[in-house]
Amino acid sequence: MAEMNAPLVKVVGLSRYFDVSAPWLNRVLEGQPRLILRAVDGLDFEINRGETLALVGESGCGKSTVARLVVGLYRPTAGSIVFDGVDMAGLGGRAEMAPIRRRLQMIFQDPFASLNPRWRVSAIVSEPIRAFGLIEDEAAIVERVGQLLRQVGLSPVDGEKYPHEFSGGQRQRISIARALSSQPEFLVSDEPTSALDVSVQAQILNLMKDLQRQLGLTYLFISHNLAVVRHIADRVGVMYLGRLAEVGPAETLFTLPRHPYTRMLLDTIPDLEMTGRQRTPVAGEVPNPINPPTGCAFHPRCPFANDRCRRERPEPKPTETGSAVACHAVEEGRLPAGPLPAAA
Amino acid sequence: MSVWRSLQDLVRRFLGSDVFYSFRRSPTVVIAFALTLLFMVAAALAPWIVPHNTYEVASLSLNDAFLPPAWVSGGKLTYLLGTDDQGRDVFSTIVLGARVSLIVGFASVFLALTLGVALGLVAGYVGGITDSIIMRVADVKLSFPAILIVLLIDGVARGLLPRDLHDKAAVYVIVLAIGLSTWIQYARTVRGLTLVEKNKEYVQAARVIGLHPILIMFRHVLPNVMGPVLVIGTLGLGVAVLTESTLSFLGVGVPPTEPSLGTLIRIGNNFLFSGEWWMAIFPGIFLVILILSVNLLGDWLRDALNPKLR
Repeated sequence: MAEMNAPLVKVVGLSRYFDVSAPWLNRVLEGQPRLILRAVDGLDFEINRGETLALVGESGCGKSTVARLVVGLYRPTAGSIVFDGVDMAGLGGRAEMAPIRRRLQMIFQDPFASLNPRWRVSAIVSEPIRAFGLIEDEAAIVERVGQLLRQVGLSPVDGEKYPHEFSGGQRQRISIARALSSQPEFLVSDEPTSALDVSVQAQILNLMKDLQRQLGLTYLFISHNLAVVRHIADRVGVMYLGRLAEVGPAETLFTLPRHPYTRMLLDTIPDLEMTGRQRTPVAGEVPNPINPPTGCAFHPRCPFANDRCRRERPEPKPTETGSAVACHAVEEGRLPAGPLPAAA
Repeated sequence: MSVWRSLQDLVRRFLGSDVFYSFRRSPTVVIAFALTLLFMVAAALAPWIVPHNTYEVASLSLNDAFLPPAWVSGGKLTYLLGTDDQGRDVFSTIVLGARVSLIVGFASVFLALTLGVALGLVAGYVGGITDSIIMRVADVKLSFPAILIVLLIDGVARGLLPRDLHDKAAVYVIVLAIGLSTWIQYARTVRGLTLVEKNKEYVQAARVIGLHPILIMFRHVLPNVMGPVLVIGTLGLGVAVLTESTLSFLGVGVPPTEPSLGTLIRIGNNFLFSGEWWMAIFPGIFLVILILSVNLLGDWLRDALNPKLR
């Protein structure tokens, strides 16, 4: 066991490339090149016990891939994921993985696809219990399932029903109950609220916060919704094209963003004080990760880019505000903290 | 206890389901179902309900050969639909023949379904090289007509086995031949559906807890791909019975001592133009009714299980 104040999850140089080449025959006959999509490209972060790290970014920036890598749905191309002192890449077989798998669980985005439509809720929720052999006695399993359903705000009799008898929010509660059933310490949630109505989103987020407090859970929270992230996260990582642009405490990041991309994202949040005023729209699009820009991936959209940005890839460097920022302009002091210089 | 409860629950859900409702609403389907059921019960109980056991060669009398149906002059009431060239009661041979046909039909559908579903699941779920190998084998197989494969397998078996043994093994050879030539459509359907299901999040949730791929395939994916398979299976039963009849008509099927409906039609065909029409016509009518009923059921099932057509 690692010491208690060490981070629960430590990710170093995590990369995942996908081969999206045409089939072999087409490549040979039509002379098409091999195409490698760099979904995640050298990511470092740590998640401390009991805290929530949120990863935000536009579509296609690789945040869902990170979630899948961390729970073991994908194997990393490079880098390591250390969970409580154990490197998951070093674990070979199913049996070796099982103790780790029990301690980390995932909540999915689409509550209509994440529950097997042919299974009763009680069977769905108890599946991890049975798979890990946590409770042998049948009556005790029923008891535990009832307790889990109560914990997420449902009734134990709901276990008799099938998923189609529930609304989206209720299904997401069932998903959470399933995730909690193996008594995990670490929950990865991949956009758990983006498929829900706004009113239900708040309920699910508050449920997740309550559970975190009661059970001392650690969260990796993937979202594209900055308002949701601000509500739930302790620390926030902003991803751009498979890399981290900026990581820092949530309050600092939202009040004093440093990276030009973070500033651009935050400018898009609707805000009462901004009513009627001109706002800066998000300019440009995320470049193709198959053929990413040289140097800093953000330079084609960045108003502060210079030659160095086009040449050299910036590494995350700690700043005086407590965030780590991967930006040459910030590092060189060309871009001070605070509001953007008007004439940029 | 819980098995009984889930059975009760299943029946209750079925009686309240849209599928049962659309069944009740269509007289055609109800009649088709009743006829299919009648055939199956008759086939199952055939040895006990037929008026004459035509498998007992000693009980046959050549004096009773070529008798017309009972209502035609010269017919005997004991031989309702007449007799054939060996004095066998046509009605009894039809009921016993339907039994052979249905046994072959069910067994070959079962074989094809098991093989096809298993291979389709593996191909779809595992993907990659495994998928390519299984599906290329299926493609190659698909480029030959099914009847050719069946003739080939039956021919090889005929060449390998001595004649008396082949007569005994004929039914198994036919089942194997039909099964091996029809598994592809199950495999293709299941593979396609598995490709869709395996990317759904409930399968990923099972992978997150480290469930063995075989368990995921059979516990999670299989129940969600079985609907269309049932439809193909029902329609496949008609095709299998028809294929068996075709083979028996061509003389490569089951032996004439224990004839199927196809064998009966072939035998009757020899006498069709000499005036003894009943020997070919009645087995033919029964075969048409049986296959029509099964196909109507299959068509209905396909529509009833497909919400887009409703």
